[in-house]
Amino acid sequence: MSALSEELRQKIKAEFPKYPNKRAVTLPALHLVHDTLRAVSREAIVEIAELLELHPSEVHDTMTFYNFFKEEDNPLGKHRVWFCRSISCALRGGEELLESVCHRYGVHPGHTTPDGKFTVEFAECLGACEGAPCILVNDVCHMDMTPESTSALIDKL
Amino acid sequence: MATFEPVLFARINKSDSASIRSYQADGGYSRLKEFLSMAPGDVTNIVKDSGLRGRGGAGFPTGLKWTFLPKDHPGPIYLAINADESEPGTFNNRYLMEKDPHQLIEGIILACHAIRSNRAYLYLRYEYGTSYRTLDAAIRECHAAGILGKNILGTGFDLDIILHRGAGAYICGEETGLIESLEGKRAWPRIKPPFPAIEGLFRKPTIVNNVETLCCVTHILYRGTEWFKSIGVPPDPSNPRDPGSYGPKLYCISGHVNRPCCVELPLGVTARELIEEHAGGVWKGRKAKAVVPGGISMGFLSDKELDTKLDFAGPGKVGCLGLGTAAVVVVDDHTSMVDVLHNCCRFMSHESCGQCTPCREGTHWMTKILDRIRSGNGRTEDLDLLLEVAGSMGIIPGTTICGLSDGAAWPVKNAINKFRPEFEDYIRSRKSSITSAQKMMAAH
Repeated sequence: MSALSEELRQKIKAEFPKYPNKRAVTLPALHLVHDTLRAVSREAIVEIAELLELHPSEVHDTMTFYNFFKEEDNPLGKHRVWFCRSISCALRGGEELLESVCHRYGVHPGHTTPDGKFTVEFAECLGACEGAPCILVNDVCHMDMTPESTSALIDKL
Repeated sequence: MATFEPVLFARINKSDSASIRSYQADGGYSRLKEFLSMAPGDVTNIVKDSGLRGRGGAGFPTGLKWTFLPKDHPGPIYLAINADESEPGTFNNRYLMEKDPHQLIEGIILACHAIRSNRAYLYLRYEYGTSYRTLDAAIRECHAAGILGKNILGTGFDLDIILHRGAGAYICGEETGLIESLEGKRAWPRIKPPFPAIEGLFRKPTIVNNVETLCCVTHILYRGTEWFKSIGVPPDPSNPRDPGSYGPKLYCISGHVNRPCCVELPLGVTARELIEEHAGGVWKGRKAKAVVPGGISMGFLSDKELDTKLDFAGPGKVGCLGLGTAAVVVVDDHTSMVDVLHNCCRFMSHESCGQCTPCREGTHWMTKILDRIRSGNGRTEDLDLLLEVAGSMGIIPGTTICGLSDGAAWPVKNAINKFRPEFEDYIRSRKSSITSAQKMMAAH
């Protein structure tokens, strides 16, 4: 039983023509696997490495540098919600917004709610400083957030 | 003062501004065929003559950078577009990509023609999901219209643009870190030389340009160099090395202001004008205590320095590192500079790639020293210790490969040199301002 489905393998291979070598497909492949499987397991790393003709340690080295991809002991929930803590958001209550959401849902930064619905993360500058404090739900930004509007958004996920 | 008519932002408030139909209705791509029939060197010369300087932070002359490519290179040449916009306070490129992607694509096509590149890689920070989908749709529209792909508009010029998403690392905005990341490796900046123009992406000659820079290229071709040079600040005659600060610039204003925004103005407006006339003034009727002139890595202006011109030369005259990304962040007089500096240092410590010891250790220890001060256990000699650490890291003292470290040191130098009494008072008071939210994140 392989970690990567045939569909995922085909999606990874479809990236090959965009680059002059297969190693450049490391990040696209990691994103595809991470989005689908909600973590990148050891088996998945080995299989990505086989596809890209790399050593598994090379894929692991790149993957762990970015601090973005979850390993199998701490997989992502169904959604991922990032709270910006950099200067423009921190000046307008971004850190306190994160804290209020963590308290409300009983979850710590970097972890997932017990029901698996969402993973909460702090982020460095999300590039939406005109709408501070801002949050990112998966990869969509929401601006001028309050604890109330954030909870309403999360409850609708 | 006459109102400045926006150029880069001329279309962003139109409905449907991102579509090719709307862009073409406003004259976009109308002269692309004409420009593609010019000799590549002539396009480069126009950009060089315009005085355009890179908008990503370093302000290097764009046309000059293009001339560093080897002549008559037989193999591929690449353009890498730096859309890893991650400097705290900066969001101008997000507007350009979400609201007017074809203005950027036309600039990319023109730049690729000038540098004889048939493939461009746009390195986009992962967090800009909306930009990703907007650009992806715009690129598809171009292929359908014969504006990208093989034999563009019958001129014989081929170009593909590949979107490449990052994975949340500030260092990927450093041009050689970006290249390493694109190659599928950890984003460790390279030792230079060789510069990317000689040996860059996939070991081929590569030009790395910022999104706003390439949008300017589009308008320079359509409107000419004289138009571009009629905007902004000419070179300082007393400084033979100053190439001037020409053209429009997107200024981001955030933090403690009434109306945070991104506004297009001629290079050289003052921080005070941005705050008072464009961002609705400091919020809650307060005064500005400190202002970040161009992203946190440029340091701080004090309240006495708000009339500093935000052109490429201005911030440096008052001890800041430079104009950076022209992202202005306003800190009001009810906020502790100790807390603000801690936020900056925590960011840099989190984002140091770890390759060079002075940066990896320096950013970490500066944050730790500020943690100690903010726990109520600081010593006045900690301030000199912070300055000593800050003075020993970066390209300027010559101890690191890239400039992240200078950008980590500068807020420390400026904060302590310009606000020292506040730091001393804080230490003497033995108070603690560490919040429960910060403790929660530190435990993570």
